[in-house]
Amino acid sequence: MARPTNAQPLPLMVLSLGFIALWLIAAAFPFVWTAWGSFKVEPDFFSRSDWTNAITGVQTIRQTGSAFTGAGYEGAWLEQEFWKSVINTAIVTLCVTVISLTFGTLGGYALARSGYRYTFWILIAALIFRAMPHVTLVSGYLLPFFELGIWGYLPTTIIVLVAINQPFTLWMLHSFFLSIPKDLDESAMVDGCTRFQAFRLAVIPVMWPGVVTTGLFSFLLAYNDFTVTSMLLTQENQTMVPKIASFLGSTQAEGKVMYAVAAVVSAIAPLFVLVLFFQRQIVSGLTAGAVKG
Amino acid sequence: MPHKTFLAFILPSLLAMLLFVALPIGSVVYQSLFIEHEQVMTEVETCGPFGCTTERKVDAAAMQELRDAQPAGRFNGLGTYFNSGHLAFDRIGQIWTRSETWGGFFNQVMNLPLYKALIFTLAYTFIVTPCVIVLGFFIALGVNAIPGLIKGPVIFFSLLPMIVTPLIGSLVLYWMIDSRGIIGAGLQALFNNPSLSLKASPTLTWITLFVYGIWHNAPFAFVVFYAGLQGVPQDTMESAMVDGASRWERIRFVTIPYLLPLATFVALMQLMDNFRVFEPIVGFSAEANATSLSYLIYSDLRGADTPLFASAAATSVLTTLGVIVLLTPVLIRTWRDFNRKA
Repeated sequence: MARPTNAQPLPLMVLSLGFIALWLIAAAFPFVWTAWGSFKVEPDFFSRSDWTNAITGVQTIRQTGSAFTGAGYEGAWLEQEFWKSVINTAIVTLCVTVISLTFGTLGGYALARSGYRYTFWILIAALIFRAMPHVTLVSGYLLPFFELGIWGYLPTTIIVLVAINQPFTLWMLHSFFLSIPKDLDESAMVDGCTRFQAFRLAVIPVMWPGVVTTGLFSFLLAYNDFTVTSMLLTQENQTMVPKIASFLGSTQAEGKVMYAVAAVVSAIAPLFVLVLFFQRQIVSGLTAGAVKG
Repeated sequence: MPHKTFLAFILPSLLAMLLFVALPIGSVVYQSLFIEHEQVMTEVETCGPFGCTTERKVDAAAMQELRDAQPAGRFNGLGTYFNSGHLAFDRIGQIWTRSETWGGFFNQVMNLPLYKALIFTLAYTFIVTPCVIVLGFFIALGVNAIPGLIKGPVIFFSLLPMIVTPLIGSLVLYWMIDSRGIIGAGLQALFNNPSLSLKASPTLTWITLFVYGIWHNAPFAFVVFYAGLQGVPQDTMESAMVDGASRWERIRFVTIPYLLPLATFVALMQLMDNFRVFEPIVGFSAEANATSLSYLIYSDLRGADTPLFASAAATSVLTTLGVIVLLTPVLIRTWRDFNRKA
């Protein structure tokens, strides 16, 4: 039986459906449009004469003989060596996610199980660190990193991103471990395990749902970062996002803006797949902090 | 848990945060007290067929020596904070005595880089945050009412603006609002003004950035409120109905009070995230008309030939103070909660 409180009169239903339809268009249309346009040539994507050119591809047919062209992708991936940035991004995101989760689960577990007052101060410090604009931190790194000669390398960036990510990871896993009953590891310790053995044998097997959710957000942070990667990496070591930003300066002037469009679409595609598979975890992760805090 | 075990577990995480979050804050404070070395000049005589000329040149070797000896520069105290690129109290004093109206005063202060950035950052934070909460709430109400079968896909598409990299999301929109892009051309046709450009005027640029901010952040508020709506007590809802509450009254007096704690949470996260607005300004190439505090630091470090560490550091310290002011109410509340629990 439909719940009576949810039954809507027709006009309200139309209004609400219309609103949702509008929102969906606003949310999804820009991506669909750009993905479609990335297979056209520039005079179609930025069409001065008629916007329908971007759909039919009039200029694309005139220039290349077919309505779709992979020229943008070819230019970006091969000529501008976007593939290198893709590999760098893969290395950075993988390492950041794995290291963040390792540090975070250990720390989060300790914070959840220790009853002392200093846990509160650590969590508060983490909250303040979480609010720090990343660029203020980067302006602190830059000079020491130049002096130490470790500026520009991937490992430096990875450890910086791990550190920036720690506050969030700690909070998230702390509240997740609070939801795992204490009895579980305490009974393991009664049976003669040390604290670490109890963690390894009793807690690790049941912690994966929380870890996967937290891992998704660590992945997103590393993947989406522009501030840190654009300031701490040399041109050869650039990841995707700063690479795309660098396309805008030089290549846009040369009329190669379609390279940037193709690169943007290439960078969105993995995120699209990620949401497709992990929608449930992303939603639960976003709400976890809210429901408990 | 004994202190020693606790330390062993938390050490890697704590060490990472101390080294790469706490220490840089210290480094920023230190750097802000120093300023770049003055240029060492030497006179160089160049003799050609038409006689000799003396030129003053920068002595690169001597400069390098100075930099190696004192990498942070020479001590400047609080000088950087008060110069015209930052707090500029002298300039404000001058403007105050010279300008007759509040509007005139305000316009001139808006030309000082730090204040320009501060005002944009605050405007962005305090306009985008409430709009995100309201829009997210209505999307959540709407999605909650649609049939279950299409809910999944609707949530999927709703998440996209938030998940996509901020810089990339803003680029996608930037290309569409270009006067040759679909939205830009559409607006020109709508207002029948072929020279209309969202990039030209400061006001329109600000509005574009606000709209982008709302578009990017609304999914977050939506998801949180949507999850909250699943837990609204149905008994209370039905009693309200029996008591004759209209649909709107039920939302006003049952749903909204129930979701209020969630709204506080969303507001907190949004204030933190919106205060550091940065990527959209790069993505929309909006720096001429709108700069934020984060952007100022970025341009100090990236814009000039040599990075202006002192100037960036001073802005960073001021930004950090802003963050702390913004967070104070939250910190006090957390402190009370913790004491109540203990």
